[in-house]
Amino acid sequence: MTITRRDFIRAMALKSAAVAATTMFPGISFAGWKPTDQTTGSIVWSKTPCRFCGTGCGLLVGVSNNRAVAVKGDPNCSVNKGLCCVKGYHSIQILYGSDRFTTAYVRKNGKLTATPIEEALDLVASKMKDSIANTGKDSVAIYGSGQWSIPDGYAASKLFKGCIGTNNVEANARLCMASAVTGFLTTFGMDEPMGCYDDIDNADVFVTWGNNMAEMHPVLFSRMLANRKTKTHVKIIDLTTRYTRSSQAADRSLLFHPQTDLALANAICHEIIKNNWVNTEFIEEHVSFHSGKTNIGYGVEDHFKFKDKAETVDFKAYKLFLDDYTPEKVEKISGVPAGDIKYLASLYGDPSKKVTSFWTMGMNQHTRGTWINNLVYNIHLLTGKISTPGNSPFSLTGQPSACGTVREVGTLTHKLPYGVVMKEAARKKAAKIWGVPESNIDPKPTYHTMEMFRALDRGDINFMWIQVTNPMVTIPKLRRYRDGAKKKGRFIVVSEIYPTPTSDIADVILPSALWVEREGFFGNSERRTQHNEQLVPKPGEAMCNTWQLIQVARRLGFEKQFPWNQETYIEDIWNEYTKFHDTPKHRMAPYAVLKQRSGVQWPFVNGKETSRRYHAKYDPACEGNSFDFYGKPDRRAWIWLRPYEPAAESPDTEYPFWLNTGRVLEHWHTGSMTRRIPVLHKAVPEAYVEIHPEDARSLGVVNGSKVKISSRRGSLVMNAMIDGRGNPPKGMVFVPFFDEKYLINEITLDAFCPISKQPDYKKCAVKLEKV
Amino acid sequence: MPVFSFLAYPKTNMKEQLIKELSQLNYCEVHSADNEDVLILLADTPDEETNKGLIDTVKGLDSLQSLSMTFGHTDS
Repeated sequence: MTITRRDFIRAMALKSAAVAATTMFPGISFAGWKPTDQTTGSIVWSKTPCRFCGTGCGLLVGVSNNRAVAVKGDPNCSVNKGLCCVKGYHSIQILYGSDRFTTAYVRKNGKLTATPIEEALDLVASKMKDSIANTGKDSVAIYGSGQWSIPDGYAASKLFKGCIGTNNVEANARLCMASAVTGFLTTFGMDEPMGCYDDIDNADVFVTWGNNMAEMHPVLFSRMLANRKTKTHVKIIDLTTRYTRSSQAADRSLLFHPQTDLALANAICHEIIKNNWVNTEFIEEHVSFHSGKTNIGYGVEDHFKFKDKAETVDFKAYKLFLDDYTPEKVEKISGVPAGDIKYLASLYGDPSKKVTSFWTMGMNQHTRGTWINNLVYNIHLLTGKISTPGNSPFSLTGQPSACGTVREVGTLTHKLPYGVVMKEAARKKAAKIWGVPESNIDPKPTYHTMEMFRALDRGDINFMWIQVTNPMVTIPKLRRYRDGAKKKGRFIVVSEIYPTPTSDIADVILPSALWVEREGFFGNSERRTQHNEQLVPKPGEAMCNTWQLIQVARRLGFEKQFPWNQETYIEDIWNEYTKFHDTPKHRMAPYAVLKQRSGVQWPFVNGKETSRRYHAKYDPACEGNSFDFYGKPDRRAWIWLRPYEPAAESPDTEYPFWLNTGRVLEHWHTGSMTRRIPVLHKAVPEAYVEIHPEDARSLGVVNGSKVKISSRRGSLVMNAMIDGRGNPPKGMVFVPFFDEKYLINEITLDAFCPISKQPDYKKCAVKLEKV
Repeated sequence: MPVFSFLAYPKTNMKEQLIKELSQLNYCEVHSADNEDVLILLADTPDEETNKGLIDTVKGLDSLQSLSMTFGHTDS
């Protein structure tokens, strides 16, 4: 419907009168007046989860004349209660960028050429067949994303693991959540947080470990601030390596040297034990103590292998281990004054205070990411502050479905939708549900993400299908892997919505349908599954990623495993997928329930959601009437003895600065969507390097000066930012990675946590030069 | 081409009459509140002279207690 200027003015006149009447007569009703009919045509509002971060805010998207025209927060969604962040409010504009892919492209004579999508899908299937026939099933791979909708990841896993028989399935969540997963598995035996966002309303103390929630999880940060505003005793403690907007809002901000959070966490535990703040009854009944291997390496070499070995120890051994972590000793390592460490320990140790810890990439993108996850759990376990309202060690997710698609569906090399490929029972279950011979599912994992891109460089993999992610911006030590992907004999398929550095290297580009252009599901940080309807038509020949996979699967001869029709395939896939999780520990809500509600927390048992796990009061899978850590065979949570070990690369005389990388509020990951939203792009139009004012003075650099930043892997020239929204300490610089004009990952190091295989984007050594 | 909106208050027990009288005037759109004695009047006239005449007419209606302007726009 076209709205004339006059219609608009009339509508404003009527609304002004209505507002005035409402002010004078609260509750006044004009039932006969339908303002939307007169102003904007018939706007239909529908619920959907936000497309961006892992918070899982509920949105209401207004659609008029088949176009998404407005967004507001969904007041019925318990996550955000009607509030959104700046990205959420502008989210629908990502649908309408002028350079949207609406047709497929195939590289012909070196040039990407518009091609009918059916022809492009034929080519994808034929190249896969050739690779499998000539170089074996493990020469083809798929690399997906925590932004994959759940059916996308499920179809990918079924096709590659169940039908083709290769475990070459990985997702970019390896780069953001893998350490959280291995942290959960090693401590609790099961993945994903035990708590929920309602803990924010119940906590007395919040400790944020190396995460800038004010920018990365702003809606949750607002809930924290709202709690503090209503209860004057509530404290927010910011543990950080760089002063941020979160630091500004915190009651205390404690700056620690990179990597020394390991020592800091142990020092807190040391103090808790020394001051008799241990919850002895909880420890005796629900905790066991374990040590693992030390000096475990950094994974910078190809074919790196590591397997941890747990040994059971006792509380006495743990106490002895912590002798190396007195606050005074840790002050020397971390730079945090011993008094501040003692203060922090007293907050955790005070039995009258409910404490919630939050973390994201600072702890996960860490060469000892699994360890630091373990160590923060140690604090909560020593004090028994877990699985009860307000007491919650909470790993936040970065992407909308890192939990739902990657962790729950299991789109990682070692995983299946239920269990791991190494376990016969898990393979049997998958084979039965998928309708494939059990022998199809390879019991041996192949490549985690970094090794997958190394294999592509080496030529062990020669076909890679990349969906919903932009690795040619995000992979650390990027130059090696971009050059590798472009080598002769590699065939790269990219399912995308806009041109990116990754689509630039593609042999085939498949145009993808976005979020509300197709039906799907996301899974957020608090075990909440969220359904979205298709609200607007797909542009041109754009196709849902799930349907792309189904189309290729059928061309490869797997019609029987992918029989669904275009009208009901999302519902059919959901019904098949949930067979994997049909136990009280992980049962998912039925399709009809998910369609109706703004998200449902699993386990969903007897029609009820589970807000907290591991306590019988909340969790139907628990035995007894108290805590039950049923993920471990001993039904106990494990406290780990994990030492401080240094970073893979630290500043030295040649490269004297730490490089820290990350995001900003306005941009989502590599910016391929948010840089196409004019208001967000104008707010932060390009990347920059944050420098401490004293370092800037020493270099003769002022705001906006060109600075060359170099590591042993590459260099980049960009503008300096001094006293900006973030302030690194002396000896550190920070660069956001959203801007493809400045590929900061050409400089970063591809070292990773040997247990989780997640790279560390927060620490490597660089030098600066004024240009 | 002026566009104005008003809250129109009827005299006691004369709300229905005011609705009827306003609805019979050219260039007027009327929305009655369901639960209060007040109406929204939208006056969308072709020129300022017509607008002034209409407002004068409305102000002269027996059923009207008072008229409060809430929005005004004229193309200059």
